[in-house]
Amino acid sequence: MSLLEVADLQAGYGPVRVLEGLSFDVAEGQTAVILGANGAGKTTTLRALSGMVANKGRITFAGADITNATPDAIVRRGVAHVPQGRGTFVQQTVDENLRLGAYTRRDSGVRADTERMYALFPRLGERRGQAAGSLSGGEQQMLAIARALMLRPKLLLLDEPSLGLAPIVVQELFRTLVDLKKETGLTMLLVEQNANLALDVADQAYVLETGSIVFGGRADEVRADESVRRAYLGY
Amino acid sequence: MAHFVQQVLDGLASGAIYASLALALVLIFRSTHIVNFAQGEMAMFATFIAWQLFTWGVPVWAAIAATLVVAFLGGMAVERMVIRPVEGSSELTIVIVTLGLLLVFNQGAGWIWDFIIKQFPNPFPAHVFDVGGVRTTAHTAGVVAVLLLIVLGLWALFQHTKIGLAMRAAAENPESSRLVGIRVGRMMMLGWGLAAALGALAGCLVAPRLFLEPNMMFSVTIYAFAAATLGGFDSPGGAVLGGLIVGVTENLAGTYIPFIHQDLKILVPLLVIVAVLLVRPNGLFGHREVVRV
Repeated sequence: MSLLEVADLQAGYGPVRVLEGLSFDVAEGQTAVILGANGAGKTTTLRALSGMVANKGRITFAGADITNATPDAIVRRGVAHVPQGRGTFVQQTVDENLRLGAYTRRDSGVRADTERMYALFPRLGERRGQAAGSLSGGEQQMLAIARALMLRPKLLLLDEPSLGLAPIVVQELFRTLVDLKKETGLTMLLVEQNANLALDVADQAYVLETGSIVFGGRADEVRADESVRRAYLGY
Repeated sequence: MAHFVQQVLDGLASGAIYASLALALVLIFRSTHIVNFAQGEMAMFATFIAWQLFTWGVPVWAAIAATLVVAFLGGMAVERMVIRPVEGSSELTIVIVTLGLLLVFNQGAGWIWDFIIKQFPNPFPAHVFDVGGVRTTAHTAGVVAVLLLIVLGLWALFQHTKIGLAMRAAAENPESSRLVGIRVGRMMMLGWGLAAALGALAGCLVAPRLFLEPNMMFSVTIYAFAAATLGGFDSPGGAVLGGLIVGVTENLAGTYIPFIHQDLKILVPLLVIVAVLLVRPNGLFGHREVVRV
């Protein structure tokens, strides 16, 4: 069953149209990846899903229509978004960053969940009282993911998590994502330029070019299709 | 010596009021990155409301409490209706808008309550404490105590409540705040509401020492700007300390430097502003904006 269904999504900034009618879906418990070059519209797609850019079309999440819902309403439905560049609250402590991730939650399990995050990411636990701006790039990316997980999301949107990180840190990060998926069955929609790496963790893949999806299918099909690889993924 | 201590004490009393208004400036600057030139006039307008309630027979503390509520709601309304539409415009636009607000509140108060000075009731008893030759009125002690309560209250709000954390987050990174479900617009309204209430309190506390009239807050606003500049526009603690320093300096300069006297006291905050901008533009406790490229 599809957790997220997107039909004919159009979005842009002012007069500039970025997305020209995308349709795709993400099945529950699966990891989907959107691949594409700079400027293809990957980030805009995620921002439209989070209600951060006005859009047309139809976005259905867990059976409910969330087209043009406000960002906070979408968060309340269980969509967590790790933005490009990590979106760290640099002046707040690591602990406060995590509590902000759980801002919309009303239950009493938040404290226990921060401890779970520290168990999952021990580096964050060591730095819980530090200003988040003092963390390294890799640690901040971990923090961004932990902050998103604090929502106990049904769907996790990840925007270029590998950006600006050393290759070894990127590998560690993706290993964490794979573990997360195995342990919690979390549904993820990942946007990446690093196609090779992303296809390793994904079940489903879509290739985006100048605002349209030009190819969609199982991740191993995308990898096996040499023409798609050459034309759009550049390796 | 007793004379000197007396002057310092009197300076602290005015300083506490400058500090309250400076805190209001800082609250708005931190939450919306706007310097609200109308802060003092909003405070004056609120003080008139308290005076009006009092003359209608409401007890003074009840009148002040009701005014704080009105000011809080009014501050939120100003943010929503006047500031929000120009949010993201150039700094010059926003400066002009807040200057426009200053005029509206100033002239509005004159239109409603005219420009004849009025006596504002002292909310504290007329008692005078005498400790070793140093005399303090209950008003002075009360003003300082109220400032302490405000500082404690704000600290608790911002450091120990969820809404305070959300307000800090919204001020620091609106984009990420939206992504975790914070309604950034509401947080900004809240910041303006709090600042307006704080300003109203400062107005009601200073009014018994001055006379109530539409230009009452003119000099207080300048002192508050000096205080906020000195402490750092994004530092609440700095605003409080800055306010107290400005109050004491002003009073000492007025007393001990012959040519300044009482008439040229207003020069002191202006000198403070110029000196701080020359030596330490971000103030004593302000953060310097550092951008990684």
